[in-house]
Amino acid sequence: MIIYILTIFLFLVGLYGVLSKRNLIKIVIGLAIMEYSVNLFLILVGYVKGATAPILSSDVANKLFVDPLPQAMVLTAIVIGLATTALLLAIAIRIYKKYGTFDIREIKNLKG
Amino acid sequence: MEILLIVILALMIGGAIFSLEAKDLLSAVIAYGIVGFGLVIAFLLLQAPDLALVQIVVETITLIIMIAVIMNSTQEELKTKWGNKTVVYIVLSLVFIGLFLYIFNRTTGALSRFGEHAMRMSKPYLDPGAEKTGSANLVTGVIFDYRGYDTLGEATVLFTAVIGVLTVLRLKGRKSE
Repeated sequence: MIIYILTIFLFLVGLYGVLSKRNLIKIVIGLAIMEYSVNLFLILVGYVKGATAPILSSDVANKLFVDPLPQAMVLTAIVIGLATTALLLAIAIRIYKKYGTFDIREIKNLKG
Repeated sequence: MEILLIVILALMIGGAIFSLEAKDLLSAVIAYGIVGFGLVIAFLLLQAPDLALVQIVVETITLIIMIAVIMNSTQEELKTKWGNKTVVYIVLSLVFIGLFLYIFNRTTGALSRFGEHAMRMSKPYLDPGAEKTGSANLVTGVIFDYRGYDTLGEATVLFTAVIGVLTVLRLKGRKSE
């Protein structure tokens, strides 16, 4: 159980970064940390003690595998996470070029 | 095994906290690398070698992009002024985080304990998987055979993101009148 708690704590560290930091790069880092902790949590739930990776081979004696379904889902999620992080960073560098800062308080042109 | 996992998770949490609190953006990004590469080791310990391979590639690419962004802008972290509002915000987020942790702790009772996962859902994928898909690796069997359309959608998302990045980063924009 302590492993689950530590994973959620990692999620909360990322959430703290997103909520309280004002630098855009720090916010992107916080989002990425949250995403990593969710991936790790899904894999932890699918783990079976004493099992091997779900790869069939002729010399595998025990047929006890870890769950392949969370692994397949997380594999998709990792790649999509890379795409979203790259898009966020591209927007961040455009904002820096326009405003000269990463501070989200200084970006006021869209303020109503 | 479990203790090793706890040590690596503690290292990841330390790296995450340092990364968010660092005064220099370059060291923040390097400390963020601790989290990603710690995740690679955790995947290896949890018997997920495919994920470890993908994660190590993705983490390297993310670090390269982040360092490129920082080298093209500034390394300095913003100077935070400590006012009354800052303290209120930090206390509010800490209270919210404590509440979240408490609720999660209460609800973990519904989960099966670590390492005692019941394979109800994956039985129909595991047993006839090798004969139906012809793949020795069951994870690739699920991704490219049972969930082939999902993988097609994933490729669509990836290319859409690439188009988005190219659109945002293109040098010539329309001049505002």
